Amino acid sequence: MFVPCGESAPDLAAYTLLMPAVSVGNVGQLAVDLIISTLNMCKIGYFYTDCLVPMVGNNPYATAEENSAELSTNAEVYSLPSKKLVALQLRSIFINYKSKPFCEKLLSWVKSSNCAKVIVLSSSHSYHRNDLQLCSTPFKYLWAPSVQKSVQNKSHNWEEMEKSPCIPEINDSEFCIPEGGNTKTLCDEGRSKEIPLAVLLKFVSKGDNIPDALGLVEHLNEWLQIIKPRCNDPTASALLWKIPSSWRLLSGSSLSPVLF
Amino acid sequence: MAATFFGEVVKAPCRAGTEEEEEDEEERRETPEDREVRRQLARKREVRLFRRQTKTSLEVALLEKYPCSKFIIAIGNNAVAFLSSFVMNSGVWEEVGCAKLWNEWCRTTDTTHLSPAEAFCVFYHLKSNPSVFLCQCTCYVAEDQQYQWLEKVFGSCPRKNMQVTILTCRHVTDYKTSESTSSLHSPFLKALKTQNFKEPPCCSLLEQPNIAHDLPAAVLSYCQVWGIPAVLYLCYTDVMKLDLVTVEAFKPILSSRSWKGLVKVRLDAFT
Repeated sequence: MFVPCGESAPDLAAYTLLMPAVSVGNVGQLAVDLIISTLNMCKIGYFYTDCLVPMVGNNPYATAEENSAELSTNAEVYSLPSKKLVALQLRSIFINYKSKPFCEKLLSWVKSSNCAKVIVLSSSHSYHRNDLQLCSTPFKYLWAPSVQKSVQNKSHNWEEMEKSPCIPEINDSEFCIPEGGNTKTLCDEGRSKEIPLAVLLKFVSKGDNIPDALGLVEHLNEWLQIIKPRCNDPTASALLWKIPSSWRLLSGSSLSPVLF
Repeated sequence: MAATFFGEVVKAPCRAGTEEEEEDEEERRETPEDREVRRQLARKREVRLFRRQTKTSLEVALLEKYPCSKFIIAIGNNAVAFLSSFVMNSGVWEEVGCAKLWNEWCRTTDTTHLSPAEAFCVFYHLKSNPSVFLCQCTCYVAEDQQYQWLEKVFGSCPRKNMQVTILTCRHVTDYKTSESTSSLHSPFLKALKTQNFKEPPCCSLLEQPNIAHDLPAAVLSYCQVWGIPAVLYLCYTDVMKLDLVTVEAFKPILSSRSWKGLVKVRLDAFT
């Protein structure tokens, strides 16, 4: 359930909700971290749930000593009223058999909040690509018809996610998102609740997925124009995404010199 | 996919957790018998609170049954030993409940005489001030049981006028730092506190990217979400078994303002 930080629940009517799927390489979660950090979004509440593994830590977006001591939990909601943007960040994995109940509870809350649309940032494993997908862009989208109408800028190099048989040789094509985590569950729930939901995903391999997250947020930015590029040169990556302070030591602690 | 040393190809665990498609597929193929097995397993894994003396279950959540101003929770052998030596020896504590649970890693004991080698989770209150509670927990509470534990202990109406202190240990290899790990002098204490905890903690705060897990994280998350003042003291140690040096690493907490009156032991007797 959503628990606001303040006394009353914020009004999220007509807001765009960005959220990650817990999927291969944690790309969606890394992407949402970049968005929250770059836009300096403000925490407005928690999504208190028994569906995610508990974890706590100090402020992952700390910029100074003064703001480093704010406690963060496994599911938090941030907002940027000036752009009517709200972001849900999930910081841990689902407990067994709890992914579907979580998606149901989350999308019920989204429906009751009257959000304009939901954008799920996700990923799928690149080794599952078929021949066509291997030759095309790794960025794919899936969206409800109600979202498609609102997409004004079609100049981006996006391709719709192809339907493919989940089991080879069996002719029952549907959207198959290998290692996409709860992406498909969110799509199915969104459709059943008639929520305008879009998925932006990238085919990735596991490893250092920071470049994949940067690619995904830049693609999202082509649509939502969250931040403006610094110069008019479209070829230069002039966008400045702020890496969160919690991304340090992703490979663990420094090695002891005693080893060498 | 990954290969083992013997050349067999195995499915490597995914950093993003259990495969959702596999779970969905399992649920679609489930027979009524499978569902019944899953229901029985869930019932076996339920967390129950009861009174050992009378062998009766607690019908309501522990802190809904009794008023609470202070709640100290020790999780793990060393934290439990610290509370036993310094806090429980300083007053008369009465047992008010016990958690019974089972998971793949442990089963709590039903016996009335607890030994340090057994897994238990027992709740006490101070006879001279019954609103002060203490929990000694040496059993591992699995991730699917943590939320149940919170519900059975704290209940559904969170109280903002109590203060919670959690003590636990982690292995020093879990601590991420840019300094060389050989320069770390373990055991050492780190703290995490909720927004409403106004007292200065007894040690430095846990720096990102370090995080807390398991039951301590579940309790602290609950307190943060519901606005309860709470602090978690994490002792990073290289000895996870019962160890006197690790137990003594918690000593700075004894000088906390909120622990005044709880500890009557002379600290200089142990230096």
